[in-house]
Amino acid sequence: MATITVEGIRHVANLARLEFNEEETEHFTEQLARILDYIGKLNELETDDVPPTSHIHPHQVFIMGSEAEASHVAKPDVVKPSYPREKVLANAPEAEEGYFGVPRVVDRSH
Amino acid sequence: MEEYEIVIGLEIHAELCTESKLFCNCAYTFGASANDCTCPICLGMPGTLPVVNRRAVEFAVRAGLAMGCEITASSKFDRKNYFYPDLPKNYQISQYDIPLCQSGQVTFEFEGEPRTVALRRIHLEEDAGKSIHAEVTGDPTRSFMDFNRAGVPLLEIVSEPELHSPAEAIAYCRAVKEILEYIEVSDCNMEEGSLRCEPNLSLRPKGSKELGTRTEIKNKNSFQELIEAMEYEVRRQARILDAGEEVVQETLLFDASTGKTVAMRGKEEADDYRYFPEPDLVHVQISGEWVKEIQPTLPELPAARRERFISDYDISPENAEFLTSTRPIAEFFDEAARRSGEPTTCANWIMGDLTRLLNTAEIEIQDAKVTPAHLNELIHLIADATISGKIAKSVLDDAFETGKMPKEIVAEKGLAQITDTSEIEAIVLQVVEDNPGPAQDYRDGTKKAIGFLVGQVMRATRGKANPQLVNQILTRVLSTE
Repeated sequence: MATITVEGIRHVANLARLEFNEEETEHFTEQLARILDYIGKLNELETDDVPPTSHIHPHQVFIMGSEAEASHVAKPDVVKPSYPREKVLANAPEAEEGYFGVPRVVDRSH
Repeated sequence: MEEYEIVIGLEIHAELCTESKLFCNCAYTFGASANDCTCPICLGMPGTLPVVNRRAVEFAVRAGLAMGCEITASSKFDRKNYFYPDLPKNYQISQYDIPLCQSGQVTFEFEGEPRTVALRRIHLEEDAGKSIHAEVTGDPTRSFMDFNRAGVPLLEIVSEPELHSPAEAIAYCRAVKEILEYIEVSDCNMEEGSLRCEPNLSLRPKGSKELGTRTEIKNKNSFQELIEAMEYEVRRQARILDAGEEVVQETLLFDASTGKTVAMRGKEEADDYRYFPEPDLVHVQISGEWVKEIQPTLPELPAARRERFISDYDISPENAEFLTSTRPIAEFFDEAARRSGEPTTCANWIMGDLTRLLNTAEIEIQDAKVTPAHLNELIHLIADATISGKIAKSVLDDAFETGKMPKEIVAEKGLAQITDTSEIEAIVLQVVEDNPGPAQDYRDGTKKAIGFLVGQVMRATRGKANPQLVNQILTRVLSTE
């Protein structure tokens, strides 16, 4: 049985840069708890003999460097023209001298 | 005051020198105009899908093999989620729990002793764009984004925390850089940011087994700054611990202008990247056959080559260090030594006159007009007494300038030594006649007066007379007259 707390909702909201009022926080806590419960049904399945995967595709088709390697598994290292800059910036809310403009940020790298 | 042991681990990011980016077909050129190297995929436009660059995977495998890693048969990409304007998709495609290469080690020399540092992992990920602040318009309320670098393949090499001084950490970084350059997967240009070293550092009381609280130092792209940053951080943490306080685990930026580290972000913003498997990419599955194909394409690595130069060519460890400092230098020396059979002489020419010429011209050995074939010919011209060592230097200067072969230069300029004894004898007699004073001094027992006379003969022949012959003939002439 999955549990989610008001604290958890606040944390996730903060990470997603979302602001909730008290009422919304309550509301989403309930909703998310119900969603997690629903997904929790999967835990009822017997999966001891099923190898874990994070992907829906069958594996054997995608082995690189094997005869079975499918053409869409990896692309060859080939250059194709980039997009023209005018096109790239066409939908930007703000553009300046070829750059995308955004509100000022402090240096923070990952 | 306690005595502390320094514990350092390193994360090294290296941009791979593939032709195209990791998940799209854009080329990345350092210094290109802003956003000239982008497309909907590397800009993270909705509806686009990434496809992994096969060569980037191959390069990661090369690096893994070169550093003794296990290549993971089935690894996967994950999304690392965070918000920052230089990250177009709001997540970076990286590898979390199953990296492409696991464990491994790097061996290098430190203070004359071999050291081996264990690697935890090597994984593949995409680089972010670059943010520029007020420089573009001078507007202090805006920042500006250039996504040319977004999506460039990055290798992240993570060491175990097994380094015990800033100097040792630098030696390790240099060794990794050297390997990446040797196997030609990254140009490792630190000024252009294609190699970035991020140390994590902690102190613990000497003899303690437990690790202290560490701090991470971000984005150092020169070894000089890196060592200053680490040295400062050692002093800062020691002061905190001496005062009985606790080091805060945080990420620091080093400000080269003040020589101090400053916290990049507070604790309340602690990293929580919510990694999850990248659903847009299938697992990276690498066949054993492919790994077997890649293995023999690796060149001899710097450490092994150094050993071979020392044992096969009888080169001193210091000289071997110099001669393997880049792959092109090592290959130049190797070929010249093999061709000429005179490794010591080759080493002396390369480390002496050739390096001087390269430094003056500000070029690298691989761009020089002088090749191992030139050096071989030059060495043979000296060995068979066609030219003297002194003339050889000027022949090398000439070859360096023009690319002409030494024999051709010697013939064109008439530089061959005069070995005809009668010709030299005629000049000797003339010199003795013209310089009766010194000649008499010699006969009277001032033996060093012969030096002046030898000089005169060499001058008269423009340096082309064989100096041994000149000496012999002069001695004979002066003692018989």
